[in-house]
Amino acid sequence: MRPAIRIAGVEKSFGDTRALCSIDLSVATGELFGLIGADGAGKTTLIRILCTLLLPDRGKAEVLGYDSAAEYRSIRSRIGYMPGRFSLYEDLSVEENLRFFATVFNTSVEENYELIRDIYSQLEPFRTRRAGRLSGGMKQKLALSCALVHRPDLLLLDEPTTGVDAVSRKEFWEMLARLKEQGITILVSTPYMDEATRCDRVAFLQEGRLLAVDTPEGVTALFRAPLLAVSAREKHRLITELRAFPHARSAYAFGSSVHYADLRDEVSAAEIEAYLQSKGLRDLSVAPVKPGIEDTFMALMQEKGGCDE
Amino acid sequence: MRRGLKVIGYLLQKEFLQIFRNRGMLPIIFIMPFIQLVILSNAATFDVRNVPFHLQDMDRTALSARLAEQFTGSGWFNLTGESFSERKSVERLVAGQANVSLVIPRDFEKELMTRGEAKVQLVINAEDGFSAGVIQAYSNDIVRSFNRTLSSVLPNGLSHSGVGEIVVKSSAWYNPELVYSDYMVPGILVVLVTLVGLFLSGMNVVREKEIGTIDQINVTPMRRYQFITGKLLPFWIIGLGELTLGLVIARLGFHVPMLGSYAVVYLVAAIYMLVVLGMGLLISTLTDSQQQAMFIAWFFMVIFTLMSGLFTSIESMPHWAQNLTMANPVRHFVDIMRRVMLKGAGLAEISSPLLILTADAVLMLALAVNRYRKVSD
Repeated sequence: MRPAIRIAGVEKSFGDTRALCSIDLSVATGELFGLIGADGAGKTTLIRILCTLLLPDRGKAEVLGYDSAAEYRSIRSRIGYMPGRFSLYEDLSVEENLRFFATVFNTSVEENYELIRDIYSQLEPFRTRRAGRLSGGMKQKLALSCALVHRPDLLLLDEPTTGVDAVSRKEFWEMLARLKEQGITILVSTPYMDEATRCDRVAFLQEGRLLAVDTPEGVTALFRAPLLAVSAREKHRLITELRAFPHARSAYAFGSSVHYADLRDEVSAAEIEAYLQSKGLRDLSVAPVKPGIEDTFMALMQEKGGCDE
Repeated sequence: MRRGLKVIGYLLQKEFLQIFRNRGMLPIIFIMPFIQLVILSNAATFDVRNVPFHLQDMDRTALSARLAEQFTGSGWFNLTGESFSERKSVERLVAGQANVSLVIPRDFEKELMTRGEAKVQLVINAEDGFSAGVIQAYSNDIVRSFNRTLSSVLPNGLSHSGVGEIVVKSSAWYNPELVYSDYMVPGILVVLVTLVGLFLSGMNVVREKEIGTIDQINVTPMRRYQFITGKLLPFWIIGLGELTLGLVIARLGFHVPMLGSYAVVYLVAAIYMLVVLGMGLLISTLTDSQQQAMFIAWFFMVIFTLMSGLFTSIESMPHWAQNLTMANPVRHFVDIMRRVMLKGAGLAEISSPLLILTADAVLMLALAVNRYRKVSD
C-alpha cells in the first residue's frame, strides 16, 4: 500500500534560520504517527508543508499520493488540519463553526455525523454557545470536529494537547485511537514525550533534524546505557553532584526522582550511593531502573541537532 | 457553479453574523453617517463674518470717513481699533486684534476731487489663505459700491457714471444661494462610504490572520474567487446601505437638491465601492495585524480626503498636486456626486471620471486578488 505521507529531502529556511534540514520520512496509511520534539524543533513547519500552507525550499513532500506543491488542491479536500493555536471563529457558536466548515468542504454536518458523533456529542449541550466562551478542552474538541467534518483521509494535528489539562489530554488520545480504527491516518505533533507511547510510530525531531524514527518500543530499545533511579532530600544538589561524577553520562529529573545514566557498560548502585554519601547527601535511595521512552528522548536531546555536520 | 455559489452564500451569511455580533462596531456603522453629516456640514463653513477690522485713516476728511463707514456698516467687518501710523496698524495685525487693516492715505479726498481717482491700501492677514481671499472679495465689493456713490460728489467730468461704467455682476449657478451644506453633503457622503469600505474590508481579512482562522480557511478547498467574493460582498452591501442612509439624511435633513438621477449615483457608487474594497483587501494582504492595517488605511484616508477637493478646491492646488489628484478615487467620486446632485449631470457628462474610477477598480481588485495567496512561501 502506498504511504499516506512521503517526504524526501525536504528543507526549509526562514531567513538565516534553518527550520528543517533534509527530512526524509514516510507515514503508512492507517498509522497513528507521532512527531515529538521541543518547541522550535520544526514540527509546525513540517506540518504546514504537509497541509500545503508552506512550500519547501528543496525536496518533495507527497501527501496521499499528491505532490504538496503541484497538486495542493487535491490534498486540501482530503486532509483535516488542526493548527496549534485555537483558530475557529470565537464569535460564532459551536454549531455555526461546524456548519461553516462543513459547507466550505462541500458537505454537511449530517452527512458525516457518524464520524464526529463520538466527539461532537460532548459539545452538543453547548451548541449555541460562542466558541470563544468554551473551555480549553471543549475548544479542542470543537476544532477536531471541524477538522473531521468532511471525513478526511489524513488528519494533521499540530500540538493538539498543548495547554490542555491531563484528563482532557487522555480523552483526546482515546478519541484519536478510535479515529484510527475508522481508517483515518493521523499525524500528530506534541512536545510531551509521555504521549509517544500512544502512537504506532514516532519521529523525534530536534533543531530541524530527525534523530530517530521507530515504534515506541524500538525507540526505547535505542537506550542501552545502565540507568539508575536516584532520590535524595536535596534534589537540586543531587543532580549537580551526579553530573560532577567522573563517569556520568547524564542526570535529569524524572518525576520525583533523578535518572542517572553512566558512561561505562556497567554500574553498581552501591558505588553511586557511596559517592553521594561522601558528598553529604542524605535520605538516599539508589536502584537500577528499566529505561523508558522518555529516557531515550533525553539521551537523544543531548545529541547535537541542527543542520551542520 | 451551484456549489460555488452555495459556498459564497454561506460565507456571506457568516460575515454578516460576525458583523452583527460585533457590538462595538455595529452602532458606529449606523450612527456615523448622522454625526458626520450633521457636524461637518454645519460646523465647517466657508462664510467669513465679523472680521476684526483696523482703520488707519491718514486723510481724516468727509470722503475718507464715508469709505470707512461703508466697511464698518457692511456687517462683515467689526471695527476693533484705529491708529495713525503704519507701525501701529501692523502691530495690531501681528497681535491678532485685526485681520484686515484699511489704510487711507493723506490726500485721498484731494486726489479724488482733482484727478478722479485715488488709492487705498488693504493689508490682509493671509495666514488662512482662504479667509483672506473671502475678505478681499468683500472689500472689493465695498470699494466698488463706494465708487458708485461718488458720482453725486465728484465734480462733473470726473464722474464715471453716465459714461457707461461696466458693472460686473456675478450670480452663482447650481447653488444660487451658496448654501454651504448643498456643496458639502455630497462630498461628505463620499467620505462616509470610503471610510466604511476601506476600514471594514481592510480590517477583516487581517483579523482572520491575527486569530489564525486564515490557515483553516486556506486548507479548505474553497477557491480564491469564493473567498474574496464572500469577503468583499458584505462590505459592498453595507457601503451602499450607508450611502442610502446618507442620501435620505441629505434629502430630508439638509434639503440638498437631487437634480440628477439616483440610478447614476448608485451605478457610480457600486463601481467606486469596488475601488475602495480592493484597496482594503490589498492593505489586508500586505499587513500582519489590524494595527498595521489601520495605520495604512488611515494614511491613505487622510491624503485622499485632503486632496479630494472636498475642503479645498483642486484649482487652487499647485500644478503637480492637481495632477496627483487625478489618481485619487475620492476626488472623482466627490466630483461626480456634486455634478449629479447639484447640476443634474447624466452619464455622458461624468463619463471621464467614471472611466477613471472603473480603471481604478479593475487595477485595485487585480492587485489585491493577485497578492492574496492561499500558500505562503
